[in-house]
Amino acid sequence: MRPLQRTLKILKSTSLYALLAIYLSPFFFVLINSFKSRREIISNPLNVPEIWSLDNFINAFHRMNFTSAFFNSLVITIFSVVIIAVLSSMTAYLFVRTNWRFNKIMFFAMVAAMLIPFQAIMIPLVQIYGGLNLLNSRWILIYMYLGFGSSFAVFLYHGFIKSIPLELEEAAMIDGCSRLQVFFKIVFPLLKSTTLTLIILNVLWIWNDFLLPSLVLISPANRTLPLTTFYFHGTYTSDYGLLMAALMLTILPVIIFYALTQKHIIRGVMEGAIKA
Amino acid sequence: MATEKRFSDKLKTYLLFAGPTTFVFLTVIILPFLFGIYLTLTNWDGIAKTYTFVRLDNYLTVFKDPVFWNSFLLTVRYVLYTVVIVNTLGFILAYALTGNNVRGQNLLRTGFFIPNLIGGIILGLVWKFIFSTVLVFIGRSLDISALSYSWVANPNKVLWTLIIVSVWQYSGYMMIIFIAGLSNIPRDLIEAATIDGASGFNRLRSIVLPLMVPSFIVTVFLTIQRGFMVYDVNLALTDGGPFKSSELISMHVYKKAFLAQQYGVGQSQAFLLFVLVAAISLTQVYFTKKLEVEA
Repeated sequence: MRPLQRTLKILKSTSLYALLAIYLSPFFFVLINSFKSRREIISNPLNVPEIWSLDNFINAFHRMNFTSAFFNSLVITIFSVVIIAVLSSMTAYLFVRTNWRFNKIMFFAMVAAMLIPFQAIMIPLVQIYGGLNLLNSRWILIYMYLGFGSSFAVFLYHGFIKSIPLELEEAAMIDGCSRLQVFFKIVFPLLKSTTLTLIILNVLWIWNDFLLPSLVLISPANRTLPLTTFYFHGTYTSDYGLLMAALMLTILPVIIFYALTQKHIIRGVMEGAIKA
Repeated sequence: MATEKRFSDKLKTYLLFAGPTTFVFLTVIILPFLFGIYLTLTNWDGIAKTYTFVRLDNYLTVFKDPVFWNSFLLTVRYVLYTVVIVNTLGFILAYALTGNNVRGQNLLRTGFFIPNLIGGIILGLVWKFIFSTVLVFIGRSLDISALSYSWVANPNKVLWTLIIVSVWQYSGYMMIIFIAGLSNIPRDLIEAATIDGASGFNRLRSIVLPLMVPSFIVTVFLTIQRGFMVYDVNLALTDGGPFKSSELISMHVYKKAFLAQQYGVGQSQAFLLFVLVAAISLTQVYFTKKLEVEA
């Protein structure tokens, strides 16, 4: 390699790493300040803490009722993601394998509905479900996630199921399997990689969602992690150390999850974008 | 492979496989969507038992409302800047991080993606602290006058805080989509051009960029859609302030309906917004499709 190219290469790497450092610096500042008192933060937010005290974390953990919020987020995310995957793959399977006219209409309606943004529906949605006294429950939120998530999921599965050859299923049918058995024993296992992609995209969406849960979950006991963190900020506006600790508590589980699954997440986003 | 001949058998199979999805889809998306259109023709306040038909009055109110259009134009400015910067930066990052010539390529990709994992509310709160405490401290200690006061509290700078956070949030996501596109470009095409003596810049302009049009269609579409609908970051970072100088259209609609209790007008704004955004994104897809080339 010639010296000029070598210099350029080093320059490129250095600037990329410098840019990454800038990208991640907001998290770094939140981290160091989460150990400090309010007075220490105001006098210098750039310093590392004099004493690495966990007081802020312990206080934030109790006052924001972290366990309950985390548990709510977990229940809502897991149930929604699993139900979306199972029901949407079944629907997509039926849409691919039968050519009834009603299926075509439904599939078209679902694909077209992907263009409708949430904001165009939220007002009547709250009116209807509020009028029926159905709001303020985690289960109705999961129900709504199925509604908002099914279009994309059916679309994603539809594209993949089309490419599965029929022979296996026909053989199983001749052996006396019902359609439902064929689906769960033969087709669903073949959909593993699509299901993984879908689950990743949906976890990122539902775990972090704010607007829909803020409209549906009214009582504090039902709140998810983003809701709890937001309202916590409204209550302790000027207690910076406590707020930073609360943010760290919310960010940490996601970073740990990412560290364990980052390969799948990056691949999931790539595939989701290509198919969409 | 249709084994169902009779209508009743078909119905049974349909209900078994697609019944729940269909029912939920109709009750969560289609029913509110239609009810929403109906709502725009009434003067309902959300509480009263009775209300009257007002025909197109709500739409007229929206068309004549300067606050709505101010917020809409503000959003257009925000979207324009974000679309351009996010896609440029995302592409540069992707281009620099393909081809294995940087040490720790995967680490860098993983790192730039991190902001996407965390919800807009949390990101907004993180940056509120950065803008109003950390940057102000840096500005005052180093005597940089532009940073010596909080940008979030300045009506002339506050839109840029939203743009900066959105660029930071989405460039890593678009980078991943661009990397997927770049890795699909045939190696031999680039090699052939190199042998023919094309410089790095010429290869980029005449081969890589034209072949990347399909990726750009996706990323521009996504950035436009997300840009017009942004709410979380707006709420957590600026809450529309100071003096409504950063109230983007989603937040405006939200406040109209849920805080001012004008459901009819709010829903008319929401519906109009949907029509405008759908028109803008479909036009974008239509025109960028024309730039597509075959490899």
